[in-house]
Amino acid sequence: MKEQDMVEMIDLTFSYPGEKDGAVLKEVNLEIEKGSFVAVLGHNGSGKSTLAKHMNAVLLPVGGKVYVEGIDTADADRLFEVRQRVGMAFQNPDNQIVATIVEEDVAFAPENLNLPREETAHRVETALKAVDMWEYREHSAHQLSGGQKQRVAIAGIIAMMPHCIVLDEPTAMLDPLGRTEVLNTVKKLNEEQGITIVMITHYMKEATMAQRIVVMDRGRIAMDGTPREVFSRVEELKDLGLEVPQATALVHELHKLCPALPDNVIDEQEAADAILHLFKEGAV
Amino acid sequence: MKDITLGQFFPGDSLIHRFDPRVKLIALLLYMVELFLVKTLFGFVFMAALLALAVLISRIPMKLMFRAVRPLLLLILFTSLLNLFYTKGDTLFRVWKLTATWQGLELGLFMVLRISLLVLSSSLLTYTTSPIMLTDAMERLLSPLKALHVPVGELAMMMTIALRFIPVLVEETDKIMSAQKARGADFESGGILKRAKAMVPILVPLFISAFRRADELAVAMECRCYHTDGERTRLKSMAMARRDHVLIAVMLLLIPAILFGTNRVAFSIIPKTL
Amino acid sequence: MSRLEVSSLTHVYSVGTPFERMAIEDVTFTVEPGEYVGIIGHTGSGKSTLVQHLNGLMKPTSGAVLLDGKNIWERGTDIRALRFRVGLVFQYPEYQLFEDTVYRDISFGPRNMGLEESEIDSRVRWAAELCGVDESLLSRSPFELSGGQKRRVAIAGVLAMQPEILIMDEPTAGLDPRGRDEILSHVQRYHKERGASVLLVSHSMEDVARQVDSVLVMQRGRLALRGSVREVFSKTEELKEMGLSVPQVTAVFARLCAAGLDLPREVFTVEQGVEAIRKLMIERGILA
Repeated sequence: MKEQDMVEMIDLTFSYPGEKDGAVLKEVNLEIEKGSFVAVLGHNGSGKSTLAKHMNAVLLPVGGKVYVEGIDTADADRLFEVRQRVGMAFQNPDNQIVATIVEEDVAFAPENLNLPREETAHRVETALKAVDMWEYREHSAHQLSGGQKQRVAIAGIIAMMPHCIVLDEPTAMLDPLGRTEVLNTVKKLNEEQGITIVMITHYMKEATMAQRIVVMDRGRIAMDGTPREVFSRVEELKDLGLEVPQATALVHELHKLCPALPDNVIDEQEAADAILHLFKEGAV
Repeated sequence: MKDITLGQFFPGDSLIHRFDPRVKLIALLLYMVELFLVKTLFGFVFMAALLALAVLISRIPMKLMFRAVRPLLLLILFTSLLNLFYTKGDTLFRVWKLTATWQGLELGLFMVLRISLLVLSSSLLTYTTSPIMLTDAMERLLSPLKALHVPVGELAMMMTIALRFIPVLVEETDKIMSAQKARGADFESGGILKRAKAMVPILVPLFISAFRRADELAVAMECRCYHTDGERTRLKSMAMARRDHVLIAVMLLLIPAILFGTNRVAFSIIPKTL
Repeated sequence: MSRLEVSSLTHVYSVGTPFERMAIEDVTFTVEPGEYVGIIGHTGSGKSTLVQHLNGLMKPTSGAVLLDGKNIWERGTDIRALRFRVGLVFQYPEYQLFEDTVYRDISFGPRNMGLEESEIDSRVRWAAELCGVDESLLSRSPFELSGGQKRRVAIAGVLAMQPEILIMDEPTAGLDPRGRDEILSHVQRYHKERGASVLLVSHSMEDVARQVDSVLVMQRGRLALRGSVREVFSKTEELKEMGLSVPQVTAVFARLCAAGLDLPREVFTVEQGVEAIRKLMIERGILA
């Protein structure tokens, strides 16, 4: 294990007990570097959620090992150490908020850790401010929008002061506004606080924010690289049941007609620039 | 369904909000006991005035208070009608074979007042105390039972979660009902058996969803280091201030005040001429 | 005559209480037989309230909903029968499954219609086939299926009633791209085969652009825009002001046009985009 690794998976194999269809994860080797932002892509059933649940010992490997900052996740005595270091947010914000009132929910983890009251209160304040929900501290969680609830859930994790947050499809149940809110929050946590982010998603557009994309398929890692590297493999991605953003697909198709165009643009700005550049050159 | 206000909390900073939740809980219990000790109309007016004062101090809108009674209106009406007709005494009027009596009218009135004040006073408690503070308070008041191996902490946690999920499940029931209605389900006609059967398409999905939620919530709680052994801190401290002592003293003094004071005031709606 | 006519529809929640709130206000539009309409707008813009009026789950505070010219709240109208003609698939419909077999769950609607057993059977099989629910699954419990399969079973349960108007509230929410494309193709097939009008509520501008004929934009309880896909998505600025986006490829073309390239603005799909640029490349002699 390298000093700079947050999570290290060695030959990780996993299958649910009694499941006939074979292993969900097959000898996965993966290192997540400290402070990085990694997106894990894959269609439903590719094993991406199962992979995520191994990062904080919600699931334990059937074969192989998972280390969190050097701690073996299978070490039952150090379970809380692992869970404190790697927090986890889930798809449905409703089903992860425990207490009715926002600030009381955020206090849940520090309370479990039996921290002194002043420390708990301080962490609640810091966490809620980090997700821009401090004004809502006395609101009932039920009255918030989906995006706000998800931010409260994230605050509940930040209150543990984890080094890494794993988000399992945090935007799947949100509308576009809620999605943007949550993504901006996640990005900010990564950039300003240096928290390692592992975000599971099936939206390729969201994955462009990451520094690195890992694509899962049938329990194995199918691709691993920067967004630019991964996005240039449009046909393979489509075969894996993933959707390529329109801007990428457009320029990729045009690249086939005219190789002077790049084949790995990741957003609309780049697409427009590449096409404009081509016509300027062409006009000369 | 949307009228259920149980477990709702309206944050604020009034005196009522600031009382120690344990003290509020005890005060409510005393108030309830006192409602059963009251025997005269004057007593009820006195108790209602006390509650009204508390509501005014809490700055909870009166409209909201009455919304809490609304779901129970039918029950209250029914019991008071029973009292009106089934109490022996001086005839007030007759309908068909039933005789309403003055005494029945008075007893019925008492019943209406008693139930309404019970509901209103408990609503005031939940409106002004956050659910977690309330369960914390219960946990602390019941903590002597820990010696008898009663899992007080776990029970309090269950209560917290139940309160959190009441509105979620109410909303979900509404949604499932609409979805089944869209497939032509009929909840409004037929006999008891047919209606009971019509509930299946609502209850099955509701239970399945509740189990799924419970499952997901359990994992989320584990991820936030929840454990049942050992101590947990609390965000909010509970410390009794002088105001809390005063409240308990006032509530205790009310008992003799009712027994030897208001109960002796002859003030009745029954005409003296009878 | 229009199949569906909504005229000055207004709905106020909790009338006469301190919680009174206007959910939709003075909404008027029509839907023609066989028209495929996309409904877009933010959460809370009134989309869900609006669609629940169309099959009589909600009653207008004022205004009217007319089906084939007849007010659905006219005296003597059987509102339950109306719901068989206007099918509504809610968000996350798999959470309404309740029977012990897939077959019985799909037959719930047709059975409520009081159809003959043989007719019920043929409709269940027809709807299952249309939604890609394999014959072998019919005897299984719906709760053993995968998320995507459950969703398709739930949709089949509404299609089996063969409604003339099909309304879907975000039928693809939470699905992966493959699952989403499957659902949309089943809806498309129902629309084509039965000539049914379809109303699709969606947050995905790309999906809307690919699927529908016309668009209805809701904003703060009011109908903000109504027109063909071309008309609505060419109003890039107006949509942006409402906090709504246009398909990504449309945004790329807006940038290109702004930079002075001679390209059409009305481009909504990748295919249209490739075609338009290819033409320009040939014009400019970049391509032979």
